[in-house]
Amino acid sequence: MSTMRWLPLGQFWNEFDAVDNEMNHWLQHVALRNPAEPSGVPGAYPPINVWDDADNIYLEAELPGTTLENLEITITDGNRLTLQGQRKPAAMDKATWHRRERSFGSFSRTLTLPVLVDSDRVEAHFELGDLRVKLPKSPKAKPRRVEVKQGSSAKQTPEKGKRHEYANE
Amino acid sequence: MNTPTSELAGRVKEVRTENGRADHTRGIVFEPHVDIAEMDDNLQLYVDLPGVMPDDVDVRFENRELRIHGKVTAAAPDRHFLLHEYRVGDYYRAFSVTDDVDTDAIRADLNEGVLTVHLPKAASLKQRRITVNA
Repeated sequence: MSTMRWLPLGQFWNEFDAVDNEMNHWLQHVALRNPAEPSGVPGAYPPINVWDDADNIYLEAELPGTTLENLEITITDGNRLTLQGQRKPAAMDKATWHRRERSFGSFSRTLTLPVLVDSDRVEAHFELGDLRVKLPKSPKAKPRRVEVKQGSSAKQTPEKGKRHEYANE
Repeated sequence: MNTPTSELAGRVKEVRTENGRADHTRGIVFEPHVDIAEMDDNLQLYVDLPGVMPDDVDVRFENRELRIHGKVTAAAPDRHFLLHEYRVGDYYRAFSVTDDVDTDAIRADLNEGVLTVHLPKAASLKQRRITVNA
């Protein structure tokens, strides 16, 4: 048996002229989860996958039938990514539809990424209806090891029982 | 002029058979979303096949069945996902097509991840405009 990977928005999207901008703020919380299984949450278009490694965050989305000029990616504040665009149906003069499963209209999704990314070095490619984005993590976001120094930085050894005092404490 | 939907819908009917899937055991197989439109001279199927290269689409017509299979390269399995809303896998869907379609002239194009299949109607069924001489 095959499975439907995600549920379309249904009648919501099946109007030719539907213009629908949907901001999915709840995804800010989802971004922190780490599901082993796809969440399969219905209602958000396009479905998005995000993963990372030590240096980059990667994003992919399936957008068959959307053209490059109808697609826009914006990054604000270094970690909010907005993917918006429009999928237009083929122009049809007179047609009788026997099946409508594909969704059309405008879409907009915003994700809050868990780390800052370097907006200047983001790369995005759109091919075969697949969008792939590579977002290098900002050097500021990478963990930095702080060196712990032994004892006091003052010349004399502190008395036993007294801990090191920092200036202005 | 439209004929009743139920009569038209019979021209292209979905087929769900286990046999049709015998070859497609490469892992997860998904049913792609499909739109079917009927015009005066032909039917058109629009199939969402994102991520499938033209060489990896197999459209076959056998025993009055139109079978569409799309191969997709699987992703590396060890990704550290932060958000995982869809899986990637092959696509397969089959439809039975009646005599009303000119099966020799079936054609398919793949663009931007959408496969369009043109099914011209058999000549006898094409609607003709009849000029009226006054």
